[in-house]
Amino acid sequence: MAESGTTPSSEADLVSGLRARDEAAFATLVDQWGPTMQRAARGHVSTDAVAEEVVQDTWVAVLRGIDRFEGRSSLRTWVFRILANTAKTRGIRERRTIPMSSLAGSLDAGPTVGADRFRGDGDEHPGGWKRFPADWPVGVTGEHRVLGEEVGGVVSSALAELPARQRSVVTLRDLDGLDADEVCALLGLSAGNQRVLLHRGRALVRSRLEDHFGDAARWGATP
Amino acid sequence: MSELTCEQLVELVTDYLEEALTPEARRRFERHTALCPGCDVYLDQIRITIAELGRLTPERVAPDARDRLLAAFRGWAAETR
Repeated sequence: MAESGTTPSSEADLVSGLRARDEAAFATLVDQWGPTMQRAARGHVSTDAVAEEVVQDTWVAVLRGIDRFEGRSSLRTWVFRILANTAKTRGIRERRTIPMSSLAGSLDAGPTVGADRFRGDGDEHPGGWKRFPADWPVGVTGEHRVLGEEVGGVVSSALAELPARQRSVVTLRDLDGLDADEVCALLGLSAGNQRVLLHRGRALVRSRLEDHFGDAARWGATP
Repeated sequence: MSELTCEQLVELVTDYLEEALTPEARRRFERHTALCPGCDVYLDQIRITIAELGRLTPERVAPDARDRLLAAFRGWAAETR
């Protein structure tokens, strides 16, 4: 997992680098924060191309403001706040021209595990599993319990399948390693909505992994 | 408070992991997973899913977008130096 808080050069060095017009300092920041910024922007707007413009506009605003940046917050917090505002503004402008239906669907209700997996009301144990989920073939790498290398593709296509807001939240939390507060600030979410989006997103990825392992486990085959 | 069903528990997993449950709801959750092998495995699967997501490599900035940013930087540096 990316350790999002750390930088190889200290923040103070990077700030003075930008002020000195040092291109290497700027390139370091772009490489380090760029992917996270792109994903955060994508949580507000409808296409990757527009998100890229938001990131571009953010960096331009950062450069324009850097000589006046007083360091009351960290550079990262300041940059991400500019990003959140830029993306929000762009998203609002976009929604005036794009039908709401194409942006909806990320907070949709409904269970994350199909109702058919559970016993019905007439049963002795209503709401209990009909059949328990199967253990997955877990190995251990370092301190982490992990599945085989072949599931990387399953996980990334499940991620690609998620509605944009869910994908943004899951990616920022679980790939980029941001904490819940940071994600709420970046995407303009309440704590509750952040959890709902995270919940639905992770649950879908889990179910795709279950589909992948399900039959193998059920028939006792080696996956 | 009545006991949780498995169907209810699976929808509380994220609140549990995010430590957003009340102390009583948390105890109820843990009582259930301690006794229910199905939900224990489910919680485990969610934890493994999170670990697997963390193993995906975050993508890099697209080279053309990076080039445009560095060009914008040089323009800004030249104007404001």
